[in-house]
Amino acid sequence: MRWLLIKDLQILRRSPLITALLVAYPVAIAILIGFALSRGPAKPRVAFFNQVPAGEEFSFGGETEFGQVDAREELCARIECVDVDSEDEARQKVEDGDALAALIIPPDLIDKLRSLTTLNPEQPSVEVLVNDEDPLKAELVDDRIDSLVTEANLLVSQRVSEQASSYLDLLVRGGSFGLLGQSIEILGLEQAAKILRAVERELPPPQREAVERVARFASLARRNLDLAVPLLGAVRQPIRVDREAVSGERPSLDAFAIGVAATVTLMFVTVLLVAGSLALEREENAFARLTRGLVGHTALLAEKVALGVVCSLAVTLLMLAGIQLFVDLDWARFPLWIPAIVVAGAGFAAFGAAIGGAAREVRASSLLAFMVSLPIAFLSLVPSGSVSPTVFDVLDLVTAIFPFSPALDAISGALDEAGPSIWLPLLHLAAITLAYGALARLALRRFA
Amino acid sequence: MSPLTPSDGQVVIEGRGLVKRFDGQTALRGVSFEARRGELLAVIGPNGAGKTTLLSILAGIRRPDEGTVSRRPGEIGWIPQQAALYRRLTVAENLRLFAHLEHVADVEATVEEMLDQTGLRGRRDDQVGTLSGGNQQRINIAIGLLARPAVLLLDEPSAGLDPRQRERLWEFVSSLAGGGTTVIFSTHNIQEAERYGQRLLVLADGERLFDGSTRELHRAVETEAAAGAPAASADDFESAFVAFLHQRGH
Repeated sequence: MRWLLIKDLQILRRSPLITALLVAYPVAIAILIGFALSRGPAKPRVAFFNQVPAGEEFSFGGETEFGQVDAREELCARIECVDVDSEDEARQKVEDGDALAALIIPPDLIDKLRSLTTLNPEQPSVEVLVNDEDPLKAELVDDRIDSLVTEANLLVSQRVSEQASSYLDLLVRGGSFGLLGQSIEILGLEQAAKILRAVERELPPPQREAVERVARFASLARRNLDLAVPLLGAVRQPIRVDREAVSGERPSLDAFAIGVAATVTLMFVTVLLVAGSLALEREENAFARLTRGLVGHTALLAEKVALGVVCSLAVTLLMLAGIQLFVDLDWARFPLWIPAIVVAGAGFAAFGAAIGGAAREVRASSLLAFMVSLPIAFLSLVPSGSVSPTVFDVLDLVTAIFPFSPALDAISGALDEAGPSIWLPLLHLAAITLAYGALARLALRRFA
Repeated sequence: MSPLTPSDGQVVIEGRGLVKRFDGQTALRGVSFEARRGELLAVIGPNGAGKTTLLSILAGIRRPDEGTVSRRPGEIGWIPQQAALYRRLTVAENLRLFAHLEHVADVEATVEEMLDQTGLRGRRDDQVGTLSGGNQQRINIAIGLLARPAVLLLDEPSAGLDPRQRERLWEFVSSLAGGGTTVIFSTHNIQEAERYGQRLLVLADGERLFDGSTRELHRAVETEAAAGAPAASADDFESAFVAFLHQRGH
């Protein structure tokens, strides 16, 4: 086996174009996929639990703005609302991946919204539940919720600003102001000026009362300006979002993107190399000579898998070292990188061997490798909640048959402490390696 | 010690009742034969006769659907029709690789010996893909000889070679047989079979039609012609062979 491995490395060394393609193409694909993934689906599924009593309407200054039905329509035009009946149900949907997130509207939301235009404003809040296991999904939810809340805040702040300007108008021009059921007369700066002018004309003795009124206005004006402070604060961000992660610790998007790039690189290098190398044995007419007693089918497959693992380990580590120039990687986790890359490489190599065994020619095997690997990689990156639960279950099943999804989990977990655990994906990959190894062994029978 | 003649030698390989089918088509129909030490056995027949199938079964590449092959494992050298070489490896690297895989005791000495035998010492560091078809075939044969097998199987060994290369090839093969190696070769070239084959195995449509010397084949044709069957149009072996096939309904 050692000599076969040396032979394959010698052939590879003398094929600089193929070697360059094997490295450059996966990196290019990784970048493209990374960009593509930063775009989310048009309407993410969000569980929606509204606790506001039915029929309650939202209004400012006695003028009806819109009812709950209108608000819901507005919201659900932007996201796919999945109505739920309790917070527990909403939480469950997010945990199960049936929804990207849950939006929980508290029962006192409208009361608090109304309070924004009073002298005792309370900041309303909504609760958002997310599943942070998938950073892409978390990023997508954050973007959507931020966008929705910003829009709502803009609408509310516009109304609050109008109300604030009416208070300022009261301060300038004067008038009556209701507080705790009593009507309070506000003099206003204009009226105060008139009084002062009158005081000035008729000054001396009996004008003490007028002077006292001016003094009282000054005091009231100061208090009114004090009350404007929290009002202005509410204008900045009328509705607050309380974000809660239902499960998982959110890994950094950078680490996840690096994981995707590394896994895509690993996939293409290994699958193409092993599939092509096995098919080459046939093209060179050497397969029959090798397997008529010199090397067993299983030993030949083991050599090809070893070749794939060696090359994928070298290329992936080289790529991570290159990324280190731009992004800080957690090198303390290096001992986890190795098993993740090696086992993922073995999974991809066995998959490539099955393709190489089935295709029999180098060109056909390369084409088949691309045709199968690329769509599987894309499908593996579809976040739960972005498609219907049934479709997602089907995707989950399909992608579980191929090495990309567990390889991505293993490598992401190895790169980032907040990523998924690597041990279950490694077991999954080991099973995939054995299964594709057995398929490749069967396919080799057709070679003879 | 008297020189070894094939008839004196022990049987080194034997096939009995070999049958092989591919997708419902029968490629071999109960073929039996044996070959002795130092014998040069030519397997001839028209296209699709089953020559390559027979040799690949003897080499252990294919398994017969019926019948048995008696041979000592590891004693068969197999030289396929198309050169089974790594074109991006050099001549020496190819020889060294297969010498290691054959577990040859002294790899480097064997490689040097094969470079001398093939006359390619001067091109030892050239990639095989840059060599002519004839030179590639020489390396192909040299690889089959690395383990010094008792039986050498050659499938159409002279295909694609020019007359001079063919001459050198058969000199080389004959010298191997003279040294005790049993050589079984298939060929389309009837003159080559007549000239180098000590014994002929004639196949047609998977059946063994004849097993004997060229003289015996001539005699068989003449006997059949006397009985009214088609005769050979000329006194050469190729005409006799064609007449023989006609007489047998092929």
